This record gives sequence, C-alpha cells and structure tokens, in this order.
Amino acid sequence: MKAVRSMILVSNDSESLVRGSEKIFTAFQQQLQQYGLTEEVSLSMVGDLGYSFASPLVLIYPEAVVYGPIKPDDVPYIVEEHLYKGRIVEEKRAPAHELSGRVAWLSARKGTLPAENRVVLKNVGLIDPESIEDYIAHDGYTALGIALQKTPDEVISIIKESGLQGRGGAGFPTGIKWGFVNKTYGNKKYVVCNADESEPGTFKDRVVLEGDPHAIIESMLIAAHAVGADEGYIYIRGEYQLAIDRVETAIIQAKEYGFLGENIFGSDLNFKIHVHAGAGAYICGEETALIESIEGKRGEPRSRPPYPTTNGLWGKPTLVNNVETLANIPAIIRNGPEWYRKLGTPSSPGTKVYTILGNVNVTGLIEVPMGITLREVVSIYAKGMKSGSFKLAQTGGSSGSIIPASLQDTPMDFESFKKAGVSLGSGALLICNDEVCIVDLAKVLLNFFRVESCGKCTPCRIGTKRAYDILTDISQGKGTLENLEELLTLNKEMLELSNCGLGQTAGVPLRDMLNYFRAEVEAHIRLGVCPTGVCPMGG
Amino acid sequence: MPSDTLNKEENILGVQEIVKRIGSTRADLIPVLQAITNQFGFISQTAMEELSQLMNLPTKEINSVATFYRMLSTQPRGRHVVQFCESAPCHVVGGREVFAALKQALALEPGQTSPDNKWTLLTTSCLGVCGIGPVMLIDTDMYGNVTPEQVKEILSRYE
Repeated sequence: MKAVRSMILVSNDSESLVRGSEKIFTAFQQQLQQYGLTEEVSLSMVGDLGYSFASPLVLIYPEAVVYGPIKPDDVPYIVEEHLYKGRIVEEKRAPAHELSGRVAWLSARKGTLPAENRVVLKNVGLIDPESIEDYIAHDGYTALGIALQKTPDEVISIIKESGLQGRGGAGFPTGIKWGFVNKTYGNKKYVVCNADESEPGTFKDRVVLEGDPHAIIESMLIAAHAVGADEGYIYIRGEYQLAIDRVETAIIQAKEYGFLGENIFGSDLNFKIHVHAGAGAYICGEETALIESIEGKRGEPRSRPPYPTTNGLWGKPTLVNNVETLANIPAIIRNGPEWYRKLGTPSSPGTKVYTILGNVNVTGLIEVPMGITLREVVSIYAKGMKSGSFKLAQTGGSSGSIIPASLQDTPMDFESFKKAGVSLGSGALLICNDEVCIVDLAKVLLNFFRVESCGKCTPCRIGTKRAYDILTDISQGKGTLENLEELLTLNKEMLELSNCGLGQTAGVPLRDMLNYFRAEVEAHIRLGVCPTGVCPMGG
Repeated sequence: MPSDTLNKEENILGVQEIVKRIGSTRADLIPVLQAITNQFGFISQTAMEELSQLMNLPTKEINSVATFYRMLSTQPRGRHVVQFCESAPCHVVGGREVFAALKQALALEPGQTSPDNKWTLLTTSCLGVCGIGPVMLIDTDMYGNVTPEQVKEILSRYE
C-alpha cells in the first residue's frame, strides 16, 4: 500500500447509497484533485460504518474524525478545512455520544464504551470490500493458512472448544455440526453459506457481505478443509444486489490469488464457490428449503430427519452455516478458542451483532458481547426512546419473541433467554414505544407469516391465515373472548404440527401478546376501545 | 414491458438466448426465470412452453416454480413496479401512514396495475434496510425514511 498522510473512508452500504454516498465520493474526488491532494490523501468506499441514523458517514484518519450525515455540498468545505488547512470541521462531526463504542478501531480510545468488541464486524467499514489486498493486509487468509497446517479433526476441536453457536437463530453448536458432516462418509460434500437473510429487521449478514466478503470465502475454505468438501454455494437473497456484486468480485479475486481452485496453499484442498441469488421467498432461509431452491425447485422445506449433514444438496452430506456464524471462524482460528471464550457468557461465548430499530433515537448496528441486557441496549446504544416510553421489544425478526419491560434486565444470551421463555432469534431488536398497539403489531407479524408460508403443510398454511383474520376482527372491534382461546390453540397446533421452523414459531407473537399484554387485547373486545388509538375499531 | 407489446417471436428468441447463456440443467431454472422476468417484465405462457422444450421439464413444473417466488412474475406488470415494505420495523416507524398515502396517490390496491399500464403496486416483506424505514422500492430505486408528504413528489420523478 502507498504511504499517504490522510485516509478518507466513505460509508457505502445499501443505506448510505440510498442517501447519496456515491455523489459524496465523486465530490471528494473532484475536490482532492482541485487542491492537488490526490497523491497525499487516499479515498475509499467502505462498508457499513455502523450508523444508519447518521449515514452517510465520512471517516478521516489519522485523526479518526467521523463526519455525518454528510451531503455532497458539505464536501468542498471539509476538504478545504480539514485536509488543506488541517482544521477539524466541528459542526459537521457526527455527535460524539452517538458514535462512542460503535466504531471498532475507536474503541481503544479514551471515553468510549467498554462493551464494544468487534469480531464479526472487525473489517467492516475499515477495509475496501472490493480489494483483496486490503483484506490480506488486515490478517486476511492467514487463518486459512493456519487451518491447513492442522488436521480436519484438530480444526473441528478448536471450533468445538470455542463454544461457537449458530447465529442464524437456532443457536446449534457449530463445531458439533462440522463434526457430523466430517464423520459422514461420502466422496462428494458441500459447504453452503446461508445468506438468505429475510427476517424482518435483520440486516447484519448484508453488512458483513457488503463490507467484508472475503471473510466468508475464507471461512468457507476452512470449513471445506474441516468437513472434506470441495464445492460451496453462497445463497444470497435476491434483493441484496450490492452484496451479490461484492461477493462475486471477491470470488474472482480469490481465484486470481489461488485461494480458490486446486491445491490451495500447496495442500490437497480443492474448492470452488458458486453464488446463488434467491428469488424472493422468506422460507428459503430454512436450510432444507434453501437446498431445494439451489436445486431449482420450489423452496419447500423437506421433512427432517434425514438432516442436511447426511442428505443435503443433491442428496450429499452438506454443511449449512449462517453468514454471521462463518464470520467468527477466522478470528477463532487465529486467536484460539480460549480467547473466544473470554467474550460473552460461559454458556454463550462470543459476540452478537444486533440491529437496533424502531422508536429510538439511534437506529443501526452494534456488535457486543453476548449477555448484555435490553436496558443497556436501549439506554446506551440507542440513546433512549425517541418519543414515549419503552413498551416492548421484538427480537429476532418475526419469529422472535415479544419482550415486555419486565424482562429488560435479562441478559441477552441463548441460555438466559430460554430460561425466561423467550427467544433471541436472529438479532433484530425492534424497540416499540407506548404508541404501538399490541394487536396491530401482532397483526403485522402474522400477516408476514401468512404471506411467507410456503403452503406445503396445512397447520401453517391455514393457521397463519386464521390467526390473521381473528386479529383483524379484534382490530375492528369484532373480536370475542373465545377468539383469544382459539389463538392460543392455533399457537399450540402450529407449534406441534408444522413441518418447519416457520410454522412452529408463527404463533409466538400470539402467545407473547396474551402472556404480557392480555388486558390491552381484552380492552379491544370488552370495551370496544383500542387504548393506543391505532386500530380502526368500528371502521 | 406490458403484455400487448410483447412480440411472440422476440419472446421465444429471448428465452433461447437466456438458456444458452445460463444453462439448461434443473439448477439453472430459477436464474433463467429471473432473467426472463428482468428482460420481459414477466414469464409468459409462450416463454414457459419454450422453456419446457429447452429444459425438458413439464410446463406445470415450471409454472409451479415461477409462481412460488416473489421476484418472479407470471403476470404482466406496469412500466414501473412500486414495492412497499409491510414488515413490522417499517410499520412501527410510520409505514402505515406512508402506505395509505401511496395507495391514495396511485389509486391502486396492492396487486393491482393501473389502467394506463404505468404502475403496479405490490407489498413486499422486509428489504433489509430497516435502519432507514419506512422503505419503498420503485423498480430498482430504493427510497428510505419516506414520509406521507414525499410520496407524490417521488412518484412524479417517473415517466
């Protein structure tokens, strides 16, 4: 890399693009040329800098000053003042409190939050995602080199010892899954990366793919070595065009460098990766539906067992891992399982990436150790409620739980949440204030399942529709108390009789709604009043 | 491209070219159907029959896949497709009001196409840019933090 005196990073994730980050980039190019600074100052587009709220962001080193939100018109002044005259433009700085602890390489600086510790998002927003050299300069592909010097069994035991659990929502121990595929006999095996991220409110995987695509390629190579696979697929949802482009670019670069192909690093590992773009179906995030979809079929889940670890893609043993799960692998290999276990809680080691959404001051993305509480997230990272007071949080997209205020201090890790009868899900935290009506929210959630149910099995196909119709009746003042018992029965039936996770969790919002907010629901029925005034009631 | 301007021969030639470029194995079916939707706006009966020959699959099997996925269409759509996110994160930050304004401005209900073939209104599940909700997508242009007041102005940018 060329030595420069300053470095400008412009955030270039999907959200920043919507807000004009490309125009900002061009404006910087023009201004740098005008001032003759192109040789001294480097300019890169990077991934998500972690702050939807203040995007697009511009980060200038070595001062590590973060400006945001920035408009193209702001650029000439910033170049003149900061880069030409060396004066920081105070009024354009993103408010300091908003960024504290949010940007990884700032976390060691004085006055930032202690909770920040980026593993998954380590490179996101720091490197140019379209440059393999940049990735290599930040320890890229060293974990692959380390892993290839170990036997597959040694690699698997490192992952087992680290205690890493699947980050797609179910929390299954990753090392054990790898062991299953390793032990299955077969001369053809596949590694599949599940990037069909479609849980409402979840975009952590998109940010990793857009900001650090080589990390996923490297992790899949390590997994291929561990389980004995020679071919891989990355199934990216079709709506994530930018992520698809970046991953395809990364695959071409990795081939050029010999990281993909035959006899990788002089070992006997051969591996190639295909990108499969989804065509718009939430259910394809379910691993067997995803496999059906790669095979060119309707994305309908298979009956399990057999599991993909023995009968997966085209009937061959297949390892399916989520993007965030895979993104943990290189750091674990480089730093060892003991290091990883120091993060998080004893039963849920590591960090978790959350998306913070809803009626709060700051929305965006954070990576924090497992086990922090909802109250901490709302007060520290989200900077409090934008209006009204905290009523509930909905975790993990639509199949997550509804967390009432009384559970705000429960540590967010797999075990504690399970004990409290709620679920961590995929890492979306939709924070709702007291202006949100529980019936209206449940109606929106059930509508999602009704639309996205693949229709293969009856309890889910009919159950989601019936539940949605009942909620619609309640919101129009036509509900009865018997309806509430029917909702609980539907939840139970969908849970016990549905074929896959979609139907099994579709009733969770119904259960949580009646567990924690029954009085509010009953007000719709007994009094004919929506306490928040959201539901149409009579109309 | 609306149906009345769809030339049957062009449609067949286009399908043949797409299959030649992408492939004719079963695993190529979804990418092929996506390419047909992108090029012609929808997958016509003609296209399905041609595909059936080229890929050696029954048309009902192709139809079954084509109707399963949201991004594939077997119905003609308007020149511009408006997709509004109806998932909870957009809903609780004002999506409800924006959607009402959108329906009113277009005079359409979800799933409908305007009589002049200009607009098709669809709802969609989460688009994954929830930090800037409410979100809507017009063709491939994404709009975030949309307010009810902005709806008319945004629509007026399209011919």
